[in-house]
Amino acid sequence: MMAHLILRVTIKLLFAPIIVFALYVQFHGEYGPGGGFQAGVIFAAAFVLHALGFGLDETKKVLPPKVLPWLMVTGVMLYAGTGVATMLLGENFLDYDILQPDSHHHAGQHIGIILVELGVGVAVASTMLTIFYYFAGREPEIRDEDW
Amino acid sequence: MEEFQTPLQPIILLDLAILSLLIATAFAMMRVRRLFAVVMLSGIFSFLAALFFVSLDAVDVAFTEAAVGAGISTVLMLSGMLLTARREKPAVPGYRNVAMVVCLVTGAALFYATIDMPAFGDPNAPANAYIGQQFVERTPQDVEIPNIVTAILASYRGFDTLGEVLVVFAAGVGVIMLLGAGSLRGGRKVKDERPEDDSNEGREF
Repeated sequence: MMAHLILRVTIKLLFAPIIVFALYVQFHGEYGPGGGFQAGVIFAAAFVLHALGFGLDETKKVLPPKVLPWLMVTGVMLYAGTGVATMLLGENFLDYDILQPDSHHHAGQHIGIILVELGVGVAVASTMLTIFYYFAGREPEIRDEDW
Repeated sequence: MEEFQTPLQPIILLDLAILSLLIATAFAMMRVRRLFAVVMLSGIFSFLAALFFVSLDAVDVAFTEAAVGAGISTVLMLSGMLLTARREKPAVPGYRNVAMVVCLVTGAALFYATIDMPAFGDPNAPANAYIGQQFVERTPQDVEIPNIVTAILASYRGFDTLGEVLVVFAAGVGVIMLLGAGSLRGGRKVKDERPEDDSNEGREF
């Protein structure tokens, strides 16, 4: 149990900052580099790091694999749903301006972009974790001779 | 129209250093037979590529390369490698000369093609002129967000990005279906067990 102690302590220290950074990248994508894709991958990377250090079974307690397919669908539906919403409001698919038609500074575009990027982030993070879970699930612990 | 010359700046030394490290990493990946080392080298390759993108001012691409290429892909390759052998099989001899000729000819053609490429940072280059310029000029009026890359990705090209998300989604669904989630018609979940006789295969270094 005391094996890889330094790695495990480092991972514990890094876990929360990585997730905060992922959220920053997610919601700051309009202003700086980044966006849903990158944020989703960084978010997934935090959990992958956790799985590498503590073993997959521990990570599955934190984030159960059953949740992930639902999150994948939620992300895609959030994106596509934004498009359908603009259609129902009487505009083209994914034409965000209609979300806030009276705005003079394109608030509709901002709302649309935030929703769509959130959909991308959720879908990418859960898909990456799903792929990792299924690949790593076949050999949950990295054996000591493989380090 | 006068010819645009890329100003010669000291940063070119950094670019050259990164590019030579990229080439060195690629050669090392070809020579090394231990797959663990190859996976790590591919991570290093991605980080170097990300550095090079930063030096080209393509911060968004660098970000993606570092997160996806160096982060997630390395881990996926690693977990894939844990399921197979640790060493690459020795290369099969034969066809080496043919492969060499094909590589050299393709490489020479690519080098020849770079002569026609516009200078780096040329405002009149096709990539910067027509639609790229339109995006730069119109984003402040149409979308009003500072990051033009995000404006193109999520607003102007929203349909493409939806397609990309669907591709990622399809990849996830494919992995779930292939790697033992059971079938949709209620089939049993398959648990793969190592056959008795080859329990040690691929374990030796």
